[in-house]
Amino acid sequence: MLKLENIHTSYGHIEAVRGTNLEIRKGEIVSLIGSNGAGKSTTLMTISGILRPVKGKVIFEGREIQGLSPHKIVSMGVSQVPEGRRIFPKLTVRENLEMGAYLKGKGQRAKGKGSGVKGQEARGKGEDTSRGDSRIALAEQLDHIFNLFPVLKERQKQLGGTLSGGEQQMLAIGRALMSGPELLLLDEPSLGLAPIIVIKIFKTIRELNAGGLTILLVEQNAKAALRLAHRGYVIESGRVTREGIGKELLDDPAIKRAYLGE
Amino acid sequence: MLWCALLSMPFMGIKGGAYLFVGLCVTYSVFILLTHTFGKIRKPVIPANTTLLTVLLIIPAVAFPLLAGDYYTDVAVLAGIYIILALGVNVVIGFSGLLHLGFAAFYGLGAYSNALLTTVFGLGFWSALPLTLVLTSIAGFLLAFPALRLRGDYLAIVTLGFGEIIRLVLNNWDSVTRGPNGISNIPAPFIAGFELGGLIFYYYLVSGFVFIAAFVVKRVHRSRTGRAWLAIREDETAAEAMGINTRKYKFMALSFGAFWAGLAGALFASKMHFVSPESFTFMESVFIVCMIILGGIASVPGVIFGSLILVFLPEVLREFQLYRMLALGAGLVLMMIFRPEGLVKKGYKHDS
Repeated sequence: MLKLENIHTSYGHIEAVRGTNLEIRKGEIVSLIGSNGAGKSTTLMTISGILRPVKGKVIFEGREIQGLSPHKIVSMGVSQVPEGRRIFPKLTVRENLEMGAYLKGKGQRAKGKGSGVKGQEARGKGEDTSRGDSRIALAEQLDHIFNLFPVLKERQKQLGGTLSGGEQQMLAIGRALMSGPELLLLDEPSLGLAPIIVIKIFKTIRELNAGGLTILLVEQNAKAALRLAHRGYVIESGRVTREGIGKELLDDPAIKRAYLGE
Repeated sequence: MLWCALLSMPFMGIKGGAYLFVGLCVTYSVFILLTHTFGKIRKPVIPANTTLLTVLLIIPAVAFPLLAGDYYTDVAVLAGIYIILALGVNVVIGFSGLLHLGFAAFYGLGAYSNALLTTVFGLGFWSALPLTLVLTSIAGFLLAFPALRLRGDYLAIVTLGFGEIIRLVLNNWDSVTRGPNGISNIPAPFIAGFELGGLIFYYYLVSGFVFIAAFVVKRVHRSRTGRAWLAIREDETAAEAMGINTRKYKFMALSFGAFWAGLAGALFASKMHFVSPESFTFMESVFIVCMIILGGIASVPGVIFGSLILVFLPEVLREFQLYRMLALGAGLVLMMIFRPEGLVKKGYKHDS
């Protein structure tokens, strides 16, 4: 579904990612783990188009998408949960979610079908989707998110900034799902959350995947991320140094030493 | 009440101090009243109410020049021009969160385009107006190229510099702008062959444009475009991740804002029959930003209200010359402490 070929991305003169190769197949959870500054987030932002690679290709569904602007990539069905959640603090929970469906109001994503998130069928109707239809689709999508995270329904009128960290993370994930993506990019969803909340978030990720959504998870919490993932990649100073089945990587002595503290 | 007393104490000795005290108390009461009425409206105002409110506002607006003297009608025309200008700035600063400190430049461009098109090229007001609006919108668009690579404080500095560049060009390009002497004898608008130079005519002309501006800006605010601006204001990176084309919408915000500033400038030139670079200094930009902050940032009624106060109050307090700026400054500081959201509080509202 998504393939990175020899990606190089720099900030000015500093090359943060140097020659990363990565592949995500449909229906997979892939974890990308590594220490601080290894280039995990940079890789993710290169996929979502916020950063442009200096060299290399990003191929999504057979199309080269490197260098496209982020809104085009979102409209193709790649949605990102940014690092540090970045919810809109002064908008209500509901408004945050509606903002996530921004592109849907236009009926732009008419082509996509058969992805993991429920309530997308309405979108498949094509360009003649009238305003009323897109409202219904929006309501269905909202219901779906509220089923996934009931706490967001309770708090839909509350301002985003007043939520707890865990709730904000749920909101960020919910917001990203509103655009009805086929591939979800998650940047450190466990950041700054209590372990019990992390378990809950990871459980939701598994559920979403079971529903057919393909997921790329960038994590520092290597143990949890590898346990969850079908496959994993280890990235060090901008290069992928290991890849394999999640459980195999978990048992790998070198990885245990470096990332799992054993 | 305390701050009123504090504020007025230094003036108690001077002539007219009592008037000032009373004036401030009245302002304060109005402020409290507004805080209590406007501040509590949380639910969206239903359309019927809005219509009623508009009608209620139109009656005094129409009757105003007939009741008030020439002097206050004149001030009202100026206030109207500032309302249009502030609505434009509000699109950029209030809706989109782009701290633009050079708006006097677009205002000046509008005024000078109108002045040059009418005096040098001999066009009438109505044929010069669309050209002026196109020109200022393009200027807004062009400025967006260098400016939108920047965010926050850096954007403020660049736009401030842009404002100064325009003013200096107007001041020094003698062959075209006649430098500091300015351009005089700008003709009044004609309708059906009649020159309409009277004060009352200007009052109704400007009021008409104020209503159009308020209506259009409000509608755009509630559109998809308005929602994109809101997302950019709240968090640009997140907006990008939502699939919003931030570049496009920032260009739109700047052009749209500049459009209204150009309209205000054209009206100003036509009303004054004279323009000079002095009217478009950095202080002017600051003054406009004060209006939208005082009234309530991102709120259309708030911006109108803020502009009215900031134009009328100094006129009403003209007797106190030096002290009025002091009072204004103190007023703004107090606003920031006690009601940072402005006199009219308003967030983003649903239509549902």
